Amino acid sequence: MAQPPLPPPPRAQTSPGPVKVGTAPNRRLGSVRGVLVSSPPGRRARLSSPGTGRSSSEAREELRRRLLGLIEGNRVMIFSKSYCPHCTRVKELFSSLGVQCNILELDQVDDGANVQEMLSEITNQRTVPNIFVNKVHMGGCDRTFQAHQSGLLQKLLQEDSTYDYDLIVIGGGSGGLACAQEAAILGKKVMVLDFVVPSPQGTSWGLGGTCVNVGCVPKKLMHQAALLGQALNDSRKFGWEYGQQVKHNWETMTEAIQNHISSLNWGHKLSLREKSVDYVNSYGEFVEHHRIKATNRKGQETSYTAAKFVIATGERPRYLGIQGDKEYCITSDDLFSLPYCPGKTLVVGASYVALECAGVLTGLGLDVTVMVRSVLLRGFDQEMAERVGSYMEQHGVKFLRKFIPVMVQQLEKGSPGKLKVVAKSTEGPETIEGVYNTVLLAIGRDSCTRKMGLDKIGVKINKKTGKIPVNDVEQTNVPYVYAVGDILEGKLELTPVAIQAGKLLARRLFGGRLEKCDYINVPTTVFTPLEYGCCGLSEEKAIEVYKKENLEVYHTFFWPLEWTVAGRDNNTCYAKIICNKFDNYRVIGFHVLGPNAGEVTQGFAAAMKCGLTKQLLDDTIGIHPTCGEVFTTLEITKSSGLDITQKGCG
Amino acid sequence: MAVMAMAAALRGPGGRFRWRTQATAGGVRGSARGAAAAQLGKKVAVVDYVEPSPRGTRWGLGGTCVNVGCIPKKLIHQAALLGGMIRDAPHYGWDVAQPVLHDWRKMAEAVQNYVKSLNWGHRVQLQDRKVKYFNIKASFVNEHTICGVTKGGKETLLSAEHIVIATGGRPRYPTHIEGALEYGITSDDIFWLKESPGKTLVVGASYVALECAGFLTGLGLDTTVMMRSIPLRGFDQQMSSLVTAYMASQGTRFLKHCTPSRVQKLPDGQLQVTWEDLTSGKENMGTFSTVLWAIGRIPETRSLNLENAGINTNPNSQKILVDAQEATSVPHIYAIGDVAEGRPELTPTAIMAGKLLARRLYGQSLDVMDYSNVPTTVFTPLEYGCVGLSEEEAMARHGEEHVEVYHAYYKPLEFTVAERDASQCYIKMVCLRKPPQLVLGLHFLGPNAGEVTQGFALGIKCGASYEQVMRTVGIHPTCAEEVAKLRISKRSGLDPTVTGC
Repeated sequence: MAQPPLPPPPRAQTSPGPVKVGTAPNRRLGSVRGVLVSSPPGRRARLSSPGTGRSSSEAREELRRRLLGLIEGNRVMIFSKSYCPHCTRVKELFSSLGVQCNILELDQVDDGANVQEMLSEITNQRTVPNIFVNKVHMGGCDRTFQAHQSGLLQKLLQEDSTYDYDLIVIGGGSGGLACAQEAAILGKKVMVLDFVVPSPQGTSWGLGGTCVNVGCVPKKLMHQAALLGQALNDSRKFGWEYGQQVKHNWETMTEAIQNHISSLNWGHKLSLREKSVDYVNSYGEFVEHHRIKATNRKGQETSYTAAKFVIATGERPRYLGIQGDKEYCITSDDLFSLPYCPGKTLVVGASYVALECAGVLTGLGLDVTVMVRSVLLRGFDQEMAERVGSYMEQHGVKFLRKFIPVMVQQLEKGSPGKLKVVAKSTEGPETIEGVYNTVLLAIGRDSCTRKMGLDKIGVKINKKTGKIPVNDVEQTNVPYVYAVGDILEGKLELTPVAIQAGKLLARRLFGGRLEKCDYINVPTTVFTPLEYGCCGLSEEKAIEVYKKENLEVYHTFFWPLEWTVAGRDNNTCYAKIICNKFDNYRVIGFHVLGPNAGEVTQGFAAAMKCGLTKQLLDDTIGIHPTCGEVFTTLEITKSSGLDITQKGCG
Repeated sequence: MAVMAMAAALRGPGGRFRWRTQATAGGVRGSARGAAAAQLGKKVAVVDYVEPSPRGTRWGLGGTCVNVGCIPKKLIHQAALLGGMIRDAPHYGWDVAQPVLHDWRKMAEAVQNYVKSLNWGHRVQLQDRKVKYFNIKASFVNEHTICGVTKGGKETLLSAEHIVIATGGRPRYPTHIEGALEYGITSDDIFWLKESPGKTLVVGASYVALECAGFLTGLGLDTTVMMRSIPLRGFDQQMSSLVTAYMASQGTRFLKHCTPSRVQKLPDGQLQVTWEDLTSGKENMGTFSTVLWAIGRIPETRSLNLENAGINTNPNSQKILVDAQEATSVPHIYAIGDVAEGRPELTPTAIMAGKLLARRLYGQSLDVMDYSNVPTTVFTPLEYGCVGLSEEEAMARHGEEHVEVYHAYYKPLEFTVAERDASQCYIKMVCLRKPPQLVLGLHFLGPNAGEVTQGFALGIKCGASYEQVMRTVGIHPTCAEEVAKLRISKRSGLDPTVTGC
C-alpha cells in the first residue's frame, strides 16, 4: 500500500481567525477558512456588502462562496433551524459521538432564506437539517442516522487527512479523464485507474476509453474512408481522370487509423503526467469504504484510498448469449483494429453503432447485411431513422427485418473465415441460414459496474441494466461516490456529454462552482452514409409531450449543390424542425439528413440553447450555397400535406 | 452594358389588374421579388437582359449567383476539393492509379449544363407564378415607364405602379492599363470557358479573386495572385491573412504590393504582363495564358437612364440610394441587391430583401430587412465562414478594453490520417468582455465553414452569449464542436495551438 503523501504547505488564509474545527494534524487545515459561530456568516456577509447597488448575481456569488467556505472549513457543518426537531436529533447524535460541529441556524440569521435557497442549489436538498461531514454532503436527518448505522458516518469522520488521494477516478475514458484533469488543475491529488479487459476475441487498447479507441474516432475515420470512396466516384463527373480500377486496402486504412489512435493514447498519458495525475493501468475494485484494490495485468494487487471517487467505467458491447457468439463473432471493440478485411459481413442490430458499421463496410465495397429485430435507431426520430435506412438500402446494404440469430457456427477458419448463421423470425416459426465471413454484433452495450465491488460500499445500481442512478449533481446514493458517462441511468451516452459532466463535476467538488451538467437539447450525429444530425425532441417524443395539435412541423427535401453535378439522388436529403405553437413557435426538435450533418447541427444546437424560434429562423440570412441554409427558408408544414419534393432548382 | 431585369407589377385603377408595367432589373432578386409579388396575386413582369461581357460571354435568366457567381463557383470549388480528396484517398486505403489528371472541358460542360438547367427552372417558375418575362434591355422613360430593347433592336414600352431595380453589378476592368480590356477576362467569363485557362494571373484581392485563384490552383493550374494592398478588405484581417497563408501553402503564388501596368499579347498567344513592385519601385514581367481581373464590381446603373425617373445615386459608387424600406428617392421605385447603396452583396440577402419588399408592398407584413449579422462564407481552398463583427470592427465600436476574443487552432480529425497540414485551421469568437459576454462575431476557418457558420449565425441572432455557446454540448467528432470549446482568450496570452488530441 502506498504511503500517505506528506501534507502540502498551508495555503494562505483568506480571512484569518479562530478555527473552530478539526482535531488532529489535518493536511487540509490550510484550506480551512476561519469561521466564528458567534458571528454568524449571514451577518458578516451582509456587513461586507452594504447594499450599494451591487448586482444580485454578485451577492449570490458571495453567498455561495461563503457557504462553500463553511462546508470546506468544518469537519461537521450543520445547516439547521433552531426549532426543528430533526435538527435537534442530529445535533444530539454528533454530541453523543463527541464530535464538535459548526451549526448555522437559518432562522436566526437575516439572510436565512437565501442561504436555504443556495443550499438547495448546491445540494439539491431544500430541507434542514442539511449536513456535511468532511466536505461530503451527508443529506438530512434520516441519511445521517443511516450512515451512522452502516458505519459510513464514523468512516467519514475519521477520514480527515489520511487518504492517499483527494480523488480516484475509475475509468480513463472521456468523462473520467476530463474529471481527473480538471480536479488536478484545481490543485487536488488525483489518480486515474484504467484497465481494458480484452474482448472475447482478444482485442485490447490503450488509455482514452471507448471514444478514442473503439468509438467515435476510428468510426469517423472509417466513415471518412467510405466517403472518400464516394468522392472518387464523384470526382470523375467533375473532370478528374485516373485509372478505372480503384481498390480499397483494409490493412492500409486500419494501420493509419491505429497509428493515429496510438498518438492519442500517448497524448492522454502525457496530458495526465503534465497535470500530475497518477495513472495506474490496473483494474479497480472497491474493497471497503474509501478503499480500492487495483489489480494489474500480472495480477499484482495494490490498494489506495481517497476522499472521493468517480466511477467512469463506461460500457462494453453486449453479446447475444447464443451458441457460437463469443467464439466467432466480433463487435465494435474488434472491428476498428481488425488485422484483415472482414469480407462478407452480417451486422446484427439496428443501433447507431450497427448502422454506422454497416455503412462504412458497404462504402468500402463489402457485401453487408444488417439483421434487425424491430426498429432502426430506437430512441431517435423514427421518420429520420427510416430515411437513414432506406438510403442505406438504396446504396447496397441489405436488411433482414424481424429476425434474430439463434446460432453461429464456424465452417472454415481463416482471416476471415466462414461462419454459418441461423436466424429465426420474430413473427413466426420461420428460420433462415446464411454464410458470412464475419458476424458483427451491435445489439447494445452493457455497463461495466457489476465487478467492481460497488456492493461492498453499498452503491446502488439498476439490477437489470447495471446502470448507476445519480442525482442531478452526478452523486450516487453513497455521498462520496460520483459517476459520469455512459454508466449513468437515464442519461445520454455521448463523449462530449461525459466530458462536460466530468469537468463540471470536478469544478463543483473542488472549485467551488455550482454549474450542473445540462442534459437537455444535447445535439448528436449518426455517421451513417447519409449523416443524420439532431438536437432536441424526436417527432414522436414531441407529440407525446406536447400533443400533436400543439405542434407545427416544417420540413423539406433538399439537394446539396455538390450532388447535382455528381448526379446523386435528389429528394433524399431532408430537413425537419418541430415547433411548439403555444410557445412562440419555439424550435423543440431539429433534424437534418445530409452531408456534414454534424457540422450543420452544432450551431443550431447553440441557437436552441438561446431559445431558437421559427421567426428567428425566417429572419436569418442563409449562407449560399450550403445545406445549412435550407433551415432559413422552411415554408411547408407537414400538416398542410403539401408536396416537398424538389423540382428544378433552388 | 448590363444584365438587367426588372420586375414590377401593378394594380390598375379600380382594383382591376392590368398591365401597366414595371421595370427593372432582375437576377435572382428580381425573380424572387417578382415571384413573391405574383404569389400575392399581383400582375408582375420581370425584365432581364444580359449584355455580353467584353469577351462575348453571355448567359440566361437567374443573375450573377446562378450564372457567374455562387453556383458555378461552388461547383468548381468542389471539383478542386475533390482533387484534394483524391490525394487523401490513398492514406485511407484507396489505391488510385497515377497519374491523376483534370479535364477542364469535362468539368466546365457539367457545370454549365447544370447552370442551364437552373436558367430553365427560373423560366418555368416565373411562368408557373404568372410572371411575365421580357428578355429586353430596359431604361427609364419616366418614373412609371421603361423602354425595353430586344437583341434585334425592337422597342417595347412598359409601365408599372411599382418598379424594382435589381440589376446587380458587373466586374470592373481597370481603365488605364494597356491591354486590360482586350486580353483580360473576368469572373463573367471564367466559368464559361470551354478550355482550361492554363497558367493564370489573377489580379485583385477580393473574395472573388481569392476564390478563383484557389480553385484554379486546386485543379492543378499554375496560378498567381497579384494584389496591391490587403486581402479580403472588409473581412477580419487576421482571418484573411490565414486564408492567403493556406493558399500559399497549397501552391498559389502571391505577388504582394504589386500593380500591373501593361498586358501585351505575344506572337504565340501568351500574355506578357508588366507590373510594378510598389515596395521596390521596380518593374517586373511575367508570361501567362490568362489574365483574370477581379478588382471589384460596378453597379449596373449607367444604362438605366435613372435621371429620367429622378432616381438618385451615390456619385462615387454609382449605386442607388435607398432607405430602410428599400425605396429610392422616388417612392414607388425600389432598389435591392448589389445595385443598392450600402447593402451586402450577397444572394440570400437580396432574396430576402426582395421577398420582404413584395410582402410590404402588398400589405402582407411590415417587416423590413435586417442587414445586421448577415453570415457569409468565402469558398477559398480552406473555407472561411463569418458572422457579425470582425475583431477590428468590434474594437473600433466598443473599445479594446471592452472586447474579449476567444480563439483556438484545431485539427480536423480527417486531416490526421490524411497527414494534412492544419496550421491555418483557426476559430475565433469576438465577444463583449462584460458578462454574460454577448457574442459580437464568429470567424471560422476550416472545412465546411459555411455549414458550420449557418447555425451559429442563428445563435448570434438569438443574442447568444459566450457562456451559452460554451454550455452547448459538442457533436463529436466534428470541426464545429471546436466552437463550443473556445476557452483561451487572446488577452490571457495563452497558447491557442492544438495540444495533444
